[in-house]
Amino acid sequence: MAARTRYAPDRGLTVRMTATMFLLGLVFVAFVAAIIAIGAAYHASSAAIVLFAVVLGGGFAIGSLFYSDKIALATAGGREVGPNDGPMARDLHGTVDRLCALADMKKPRVAIADTDLPNAFATGRNADHAVLCVTTGLMRRLTPEELEGVIAHEMSHVAHKDVQVMTAASFLAIIAALLIRIAFYGELFGGGRGRGGNNQNAGIIMLALMAVSIVVYAVSFLLIRMLSRYRELAADRSGALLTGKPSALKSALIKVSTDMARIPTQDLRAAEPLNAFFFAPAMKLNAKASLSTIFSTHPSLERRLAELDKVQQQLGRTAG
Amino acid sequence: MGFLDTLLGRTKPVQPKLDDLFALPSAAVTLDAGAGFKPTGSGSVCFRPVEGRSFSDVQKDVQELLDVSAGKEGGLPVEVTTDSYGFNWLVSSHMSDELDALVTDLHAVNSSLVDNGFGPQLLCTLVAFRDDQERRLGLVYLYKRGTFYPFAPLAGERRDNALELQVKGVIGSDLKFEPDLSRWFPVWGAPGL
Repeated sequence: MAARTRYAPDRGLTVRMTATMFLLGLVFVAFVAAIIAIGAAYHASSAAIVLFAVVLGGGFAIGSLFYSDKIALATAGGREVGPNDGPMARDLHGTVDRLCALADMKKPRVAIADTDLPNAFATGRNADHAVLCVTTGLMRRLTPEELEGVIAHEMSHVAHKDVQVMTAASFLAIIAALLIRIAFYGELFGGGRGRGGNNQNAGIIMLALMAVSIVVYAVSFLLIRMLSRYRELAADRSGALLTGKPSALKSALIKVSTDMARIPTQDLRAAEPLNAFFFAPAMKLNAKASLSTIFSTHPSLERRLAELDKVQQQLGRTAG
Repeated sequence: MGFLDTLLGRTKPVQPKLDDLFALPSAAVTLDAGAGFKPTGSGSVCFRPVEGRSFSDVQKDVQELLDVSAGKEGGLPVEVTTDSYGFNWLVSSHMSDELDALVTDLHAVNSSLVDNGFGPQLLCTLVAFRDDQERRLGLVYLYKRGTFYPFAPLAGERRDNALELQVKGVIGSDLKFEPDLSRWFPVWGAPGL
């Protein structure tokens, strides 16, 4: 049936995302195996330390997931608005209402951040607690159609449960980072008192733990960033399919990205912790540099525009 | 969305539910008897246009189809307007006692869009009612939910919530009503209302 082909999923994107998640899983398994191997090799148990890191890291991840909406709103300076809080809020609510009805989604809470930085984000641990925040700078710069494209992109993040997926993906990196720290201090203090065989053993375990954790942290960090970029592309795609206007989203991307590059660095640094949730990252544009590409949370502007071209072709194709 | 779709960041566009629309004519009788609201004969389909040739061709076909059926009975031609949110409204006007014909028209729009693969673009259908005091009331059908809700605009972009709830009380059992009140979104300035 025509309906199915017109909105067909992007197979290449699916394959790449699956591969990334598979690799993350593989790193996780290798991590566990390495920890067990270290324990076995020195006839000692590092279980207590690892358990401590897992509990602490888990608590941290769940806490940030649970309070993600409040944390993000507070950092961005967003305040929740109702449909009757002025013309800006009314238009925003109207757009969100329609997109929710079109996509059969629960309406998220709507917030406006009074800053000139043109951006938007959506966060919250699930659809019931989702909050969508748009800056006044974004609303000033974009036409209603472009703004709608951005909102559709953000609502796709909510529909794809990106906050949960990315928190789960970051869990490994959080634990690795904690273990590096614990092992480092353990080495520092345990090694200082070093006398007798038992303590020497403990010192080696700490060193090995630290080495493994550093490798795991580095690899999972790169994989998480890769996953984040794929999920941005997925949200672009779903958003464009929902509004039926990939070109509006493209012009919004170009406007926001070029404007962002012109803003002084002072503002950008304050916005950096929020980058992963943003519509476009708050940093200087440097499309040519390949190193910055593998570290960034968002795909390059060219890449996003190219993917949206594909959606445009798909939608324009005559049925049958 | 399934677990796998969530994990892979895929959205399946939601297909519309069309059949419940046909419950409208009988509910209109109840509404007249219970609250004194009569259909004005005007109704509209709201959908999201897609850029590109393919969709504009389909829209042109639908318009021609409805114009032909309107021409036969000496009725009014179909009107297309675009609202401030970029949604298109296709308004069909009949005599006030021709609700069946109106619903058939609206259904023709729905099925042509669905047949051409644009079903996910359908937003809502609105059928206009009025009572003796000229109070306006729209019954809105949400395609993706297959449910109805009332929309009663007052002057100055306010809603007559009391009237809306009264209407729900009168025809709530005749139609599938939208239980989630947060989805009763306002359609200010909807043409034909």
